[in-house]
Amino acid sequence: MLKKATRDAYGETLVELGHLYDNVIVLDADLSKSTKTELFAKEFPERFFQMGIAEQDMLATAAGLALCDKVCFVSTFAIFAAGRAFEQIRNSIAYPKLNVKICATHAGVTVGEDGGSHQAIEDIALMRAIPNMTVIVPADAIETAKALHAIYKHEGPVYFRLGRPAVPFIYNDDFEFKIGKANKLREGTDAAIIATGIMVACAIDAAKILADKGLNVQVWDMATIKPLDLEAIKEAAKTGAIVTAEEHSVIGGLGSAVAEASAEYAPAFMSFVGLKDCFGQSGTPEELLEAYNLTADNIAKTVLEVVDKKSSS
Amino acid sequence: MDTKKYEELQEIARQSRAWIIRALAEANSGHPGGSLSATDILTYLYFQAMNINPDNPSDPKRDRFVLCKGHGAPALYTSLALRGYFPKDELLTLRKLGSRLQGHPDTRKLPGIDASTGSLGQGLSIANGMALAGKLDDQSYTVYALLGDGETQEGQVWEALMTASHYQLNNVIAFLDYNHLQIDGRIEEVKSGGNFASRFRSFGWHVLEVNGHDFYAIDEAVIAAKQEKYAPSMIIAHTIKGKGVPFMEGKAKWHGKAPNKEEALEALKLLGASWEEI
Ligand SMILES: Cc1ncc(C[n+]2csc(CCOP(=O)(O)OP(=O)(O)O)c2C)c(N)n1
Ligand SMILES: [Mg+2]
Repeated sequence: MLKKATRDAYGETLVELGHLYDNVIVLDADLSKSTKTELFAKEFPERFFQMGIAEQDMLATAAGLALCDKVCFVSTFAIFAAGRAFEQIRNSIAYPKLNVKICATHAGVTVGEDGGSHQAIEDIALMRAIPNMTVIVPADAIETAKALHAIYKHEGPVYFRLGRPAVPFIYNDDFEFKIGKANKLREGTDAAIIATGIMVACAIDAAKILADKGLNVQVWDMATIKPLDLEAIKEAAKTGAIVTAEEHSVIGGLGSAVAEASAEYAPAFMSFVGLKDCFGQSGTPEELLEAYNLTADNIAKTVLEVVDKKSSS
Repeated sequence: MDTKKYEELQEIARQSRAWIIRALAEANSGHPGGSLSATDILTYLYFQAMNINPDNPSDPKRDRFVLCKGHGAPALYTSLALRGYFPKDELLTLRKLGSRLQGHPDTRKLPGIDASTGSLGQGLSIANGMALAGKLDDQSYTVYALLGDGETQEGQVWEALMTASHYQLNNVIAFLDYNHLQIDGRIEEVKSGGNFASRFRSFGWHVLEVNGHDFYAIDEAVIAAKQEKYAPSMIIAHTIKGKGVPFMEGKAKWHGKAPNKEEALEALKLLGASWEEI
C-alpha cells in the first residue's frame, strides 16, 4: 500500500504556500528536520526563523509577526507546542485571534521509540478548549495538503495535528477540503464510526470487518474537530450507535467533542476508542497502536458492543 | 529636548497620573503602583518618541509599543486618551463590563493597543516578532517595549533577549521599569535580578541606565539607542513605584489596590488636580 507521512506533505505544501503568498512565514524550534519545515527554510531562508529550543518565545514571536500581517506557520512536536507553550497560544495568539497556524508534528503514540514524554495524547483537548481556536487533524497526506491551503485562507489561529509515521492514502487529488465539514467515507445504517487522523484508515478497515459480519457501518473522517460538523453528528446519530476513534486520550478529544454534540442535539449510544487515561511508552508505532488498542479490530469489536447496547435497550 | 518640551511632558504626565487615579478609583480595582512608575516613560513615548497618528492607529509604518507588564494598562490608556485616540471620559469605563478598556490591554478591542498582554513574560517575544516583520518588509519603524523588573523572573523573557540579539533587532528599544517591587515584596527578596545591566549585556544587548522620571535622560537614552547599528537596546529605567503620589511611593501594598474615594481625592490634591476637572 502506498503510504506517506502527513508531516512530509506538510513540508512540501509549505513550499507551495511560500511560492503563492509572500506573507507566509515559518518558525521552528530546532526540529526543522523532523517537522519538515527545513524544506521551506531551504527555499525561503529569509522567511524562515529558527528560534532555537524556546517554544514559548517562538509562539509569542509568531504573534508579533502576525500582528504585522504575516501568516505564520509554527512547528515543533505536539507535546512542546500544545503543552509547553499552551498559555502563549492561549493569551498571545488565540485571545487576539491572530493568524498563527500551529502545525504540530509527532502527535500521539506513533511517535514511537521516544516514549511517553514525547507522545502528546492530550493536545486536542487543550487546543479545543481555547476560544477562537480551530482544530484540524488530517487523515492522510492529501488531506494534509488540501487542508493547509484552507488553513492559510482561514482568518485566525489553527491547531493542525500531524504525525510521524507514513500513513496510507485515503483520498485522491480531486478531494476537496472544507474546514468544519466532515467527510462521509462509507454509507451505513447499523452504526457510525467517527474517526480522526490516522484512525480514519483503521475505521475504514473496521467497517469492512463488520460488513463481513453483516453490519452496515457508516464511516466519517472528522478532520475538523473544532468547529465540529453538527450535521454529520446528527446523521451519524440516526444509526443509534456511534463509536469514535482517535490517537489521543478519550478524555477531551474527538470522542468528548462528539459526545457533547450528541448529548445536546442527537443522543445515541456511544463508545470511545482512544487512550484510556494513560500515557504512552516506547515501542515501534505498530506495536504501540496494537498495545493501546488503536486498531481496526478493536474498533470493530467496540462497534459490536455499542450495537448490542442499542438493540437491548 | 528643550525646556519647553520638558515642561509640556511634565504637565501631560501630571494629568496622566491624575486620570490614572480617577479611573482606578471609579473601577475600584486595578494597579496604581506600576502604572505610576511607568507614566513618565509612556508620556515620553507617546508624546515625543513615537511616530504615530491617532487618526490612523493601524498604519503599517507606525512605531509600535508593547506593554509587556500589561497590568500597567491604566498608564497606557491615559497616554492614548490624552494623545487623542479616544475621548478622555472613556477612561472612566476602565475594567467595567463591555468597556474597550479591559483590565489588561486588548488589541482587538481598543485601537492604538498594539498587542494584547497581561500574562507576564510574553511581551518581549511579541515585540521581537514585530521587529522581525519590520526588517522583512524594509520598514524603518521602531518597536518599543516596557518590562517589569519582577517580570524578568519569567524564563521566556530571557529566551526573547536571546532572540533579539541573535537576529540583531536594533529596531527594538525596551525599557525595564526598575522599581524594585513586585506583589510579594522587594524583588531582591522575592528573587533577585542581580546586576541587570551586566546580565542584559551578556545577552548581547546595548544597555543604558537612566532615571525613569527624567525626560531629558530618557530622551538621551532613546536617541543613543536609535543610533545602535546591530544590537537591541535595553534602557534600565530607575523608577519609583507609585511615583507622584507620595503615600503610594515605594510601597508594595499599592501594587494592585485601587484608592478609595477619600484616598483618590487626597492623591489628586497631591497631584494638583481635582475630581471634576483634570
Ligand atoms: C505569568 C504571570 N504570572 C503572574 C501574574 C500576576 N502578577 C501581576 S503583576 C505581578 C507583579 C509584577 O511585578 P513587576 O514586573 O515588577 O511589575 P511592576 O512592579 O512594574 O508593577 C504579578 C506576579 C501575571 N500577570 N502573569
Ligand atoms: Mg516592579
